[in-house]
Amino acid sequence: MSRITDLQKNLFGGTTSNARQFGMISTLVAIVVLFQIWTDGLTLTSGNLIAVVSQYSYILILAVGMLMVIVAGHIDLSVGSVAAFTGIVVAKAMQEHSLPWPLGILLGLLVGAAIGAWQGFWVAYIGVPAFIVTLAGMMLFRGANQYIGNADTVPVPEGFRKIGAGFLPEVGPDTGYNNLTLLLGLAACAGVVWREWKARQTRREMKADLAPLWVIGVRLAVMVAVIVFATLRFAGGRVGTSLPISGIILIVLVLAYSHYTRNTIGGRHIYAVGGNARAAELSGVKLKRVNFAVMMNMSILAALAGMIFVARSAASGPQDGLSWELDAIAAVFIGGAAVSGGLGTVSGSIVGGLVMALLNNGLQLQGVGSDMVQIIKGLVLLLAVAFDVYNKKQGRFSIIGTLTRPFRRDDPADTAAPPAAASDVDKTKVAG
Amino acid sequence: MTDTAPNLLEMRSITKSFPGVTALAGVSLVVREGEIHAICGENGAGKSTLMKVLSGVHPHGSYTGDIVYQGKKARFDGIRASEQAGIVIIHQELALVPGMSITENLFLGNEPRRRGSIDWKSAQRRALELMEQVGLREDPDTLIKDIGVGKQQLVEIAKAFAKDVKLLILDEPTAALNEADSQHLLDLLRGFRERGITSIMISHKLNEIEAVADTITILRDGRSIESLDVKADGVNEDRIVRGMVGRELDSRFPDRTPDIGEVFFEVRDWTVRHPASDERMVCKGSTFNVRRGEIVGFAGLMGAGRTELAMSLFGRSYGTWLSGRVFKDGKEIRLKTVADAIGHGLAYVSEDRKSIGLNLLDDVKTSMVAAKLSKIARRRVIDPVREHRIAEDYRAGLRIKTPSVDEGVVKLSGGNQQKVVLAKWMFTDPDLLILDEPTRGIDVGAKFEIYGIIQRLVAQGKGVVVISSELPELIGLCDRIYTVFEGAITGEVARADADPEVLMKQMTATKKSPTP
Repeated sequence: MSRITDLQKNLFGGTTSNARQFGMISTLVAIVVLFQIWTDGLTLTSGNLIAVVSQYSYILILAVGMLMVIVAGHIDLSVGSVAAFTGIVVAKAMQEHSLPWPLGILLGLLVGAAIGAWQGFWVAYIGVPAFIVTLAGMMLFRGANQYIGNADTVPVPEGFRKIGAGFLPEVGPDTGYNNLTLLLGLAACAGVVWREWKARQTRREMKADLAPLWVIGVRLAVMVAVIVFATLRFAGGRVGTSLPISGIILIVLVLAYSHYTRNTIGGRHIYAVGGNARAAELSGVKLKRVNFAVMMNMSILAALAGMIFVARSAASGPQDGLSWELDAIAAVFIGGAAVSGGLGTVSGSIVGGLVMALLNNGLQLQGVGSDMVQIIKGLVLLLAVAFDVYNKKQGRFSIIGTLTRPFRRDDPADTAAPPAAASDVDKTKVAG
Repeated sequence: MTDTAPNLLEMRSITKSFPGVTALAGVSLVVREGEIHAICGENGAGKSTLMKVLSGVHPHGSYTGDIVYQGKKARFDGIRASEQAGIVIIHQELALVPGMSITENLFLGNEPRRRGSIDWKSAQRRALELMEQVGLREDPDTLIKDIGVGKQQLVEIAKAFAKDVKLLILDEPTAALNEADSQHLLDLLRGFRERGITSIMISHKLNEIEAVADTITILRDGRSIESLDVKADGVNEDRIVRGMVGRELDSRFPDRTPDIGEVFFEVRDWTVRHPASDERMVCKGSTFNVRRGEIVGFAGLMGAGRTELAMSLFGRSYGTWLSGRVFKDGKEIRLKTVADAIGHGLAYVSEDRKSIGLNLLDDVKTSMVAAKLSKIARRRVIDPVREHRIAEDYRAGLRIKTPSVDEGVVKLSGGNQQKVVLAKWMFTDPDLLILDEPTRGIDVGAKFEIYGIIQRLVAQGKGVVVISSELPELIGLCDRIYTVFEGAITGEVARADADPEVLMKQMTATKKSPTP
């Protein structure tokens, strides 16, 4: 193995999914650098970063749920309509029936759960393909949104707007920064260091190879630098602005779902179902329950995203959530998930979502029209996935892979199976 | 047909190997014009491979030896080439499109054309002629999925006639057919013989072969053992069986002194219906038991219903359960789901590890713990250290060859993959392991090791059921063997009486033979 691949392995942990993410992170960095230069430094200003988070957090929240749906081997086309429907129901309830806003949020989540149960029922228990169920849902809930709202906009009360347009409050001494954001950044740094230490501990217990200390130092330094930079940017914006509340909701969701998909039995089961449903079933996985759960979870997250969007725009309207599903699905695939299911990570999808968000943002900053934005996003999606497919066929893993030698431990779904496995296929053919 | 009929086909010392296995070692086959030629042999004897060589699936150059067809050396580089020469093979799995009509299927890829579009009128007319030839009376517009398997087979044969067939090859043509349809098919073959069409038939049903074949060639372990002239040699079923199994059992099994306890697992009157067909039963009142420390074998031909029996027991994973009860340690247990089955200490290692045994995206360690994640989790959160340790233990204990337990299972050889699957089910700590074709497609060394693992498991007091199509394996390994034929258990043979001829007879019996 070449030294570069060794380095990759050390810096990125060396597991298969991380190896694929390396390519995605490079793409993200490239996009940031490109736009930073192109916009004369506008991209990484406090104001813009805060705007990006509050404007696009909904794509990222959807991408988290969509990742699980796609890993389980399904798809959800209805998320935009579900978001819009939830938005109008919640807005109406608060506006016309003067429901207090915290109960409004609860109502929204319940609506999401009910819709999710409806769609999950058809997918898991009746066996209608998710594509069809959610295509129907897409029309159904879009229509329902317009039916309830009379195709009109409904404003939402002040308190509710916090979850979409709110920021961390200013507390404590005047440091010139938003203190709570600074604290959050500090906590993040500590968290990163603690996680690294914990991972090393685990590897030691497994008697696995330990990366050299300098590698860990470099990796930690890079991560801490990124966090410190981001913290200062988010904390140093216009007075009254800081890390948006929606950003905090997003971070919590990403951490929770990342943990769930990677470390729990339920998470394993989702991957098992997507990788080989029959094998999973014969291993005691309750197929129907898993399928039901991922579909339901997706609709709940869609409801949440819808509410955040409504809160940000201060009103619910008939055009909310149009083509959100496409952004979310694109984010997941750019983030390295497999169309056939069984592969993909939450963090990869977030990177993919950031690629989409920064593309949107950067092109808008440059005054590129929405026509060109669509074209460019379409091409990026196609090229990102095509590149991955091509690399898989070549037995390489990702962008960097084409520049260096083939990376040995790439994706296990590799089409180029090793000779041992290939000969086995032939052997089974001989039998009988 | 007379003895002076010229040879239509001669295959001379055909040798074909795959990496690690020699499938055919100098096989010769002589087929005379206008005869019905049967090819017999155990599973894995090389019958299918030989036919694939003949039909060009394994193209010229990938094997050694000569094919002489109609007096000329033939070099088929694909199915199209052999079909042009009039050789048509009809596989066990029919190659028909269920949603298309009989006519459309008959001319699929071969559509009669008129000025650029399909000439349906003449297709219809041709279709009726072809159907007449095979005795199929149906509306040619009927969809394939709406006619029975027997008639589908006839469509497949009619399709061969559409291609102007000279040599018709049928691979297990009656395996999926009922008695009446089988009879019709055999009559049809006799009719073809009258008209001078030559047929090669691969079949496990020896009574049918005896009834219809003119010549029988027997293959064993990739070699052609003998060619029998049915009339002249006075061939009967016993004679064929002797040719098929006549080999010495060498010591390919580790030594073991059985220590057998009492019956702890019992199945009574287990009856299961085929998932797609109301009339077909895949298990017909099966009753059997397993003792502690005992290796019980299930012998039967392909499609006899052994896998179906095992899977329907394992949480009703196959077919529709109709009746039957299961007892463990004297108490009746209910196995409605796979989770129930695992909970009651059952484990099923499937026949097809790639398509239903493993998630090929997983690495070695995730595969090993997949069937009982709760054992490595605390409050539903998986402990990676414990997972790793367990995987390392199994890797060492079963001598699994892999660079690390983080390696993708897809990169392992067949034998090592099989060991990973075994580890996966040993990890669930079962009382009864059902192993379906545990050594299929793996080399001799790995086989020996897997036999050793099985013997260690029974030494711990577990019961093991082995389903295998290799009789020597069952005879060498098992304490007791049940024979299965068409969904019914036809006999029970103790280790001392187990002998290939006895088993083969019960496996092919059309009548239930008395249980000893």
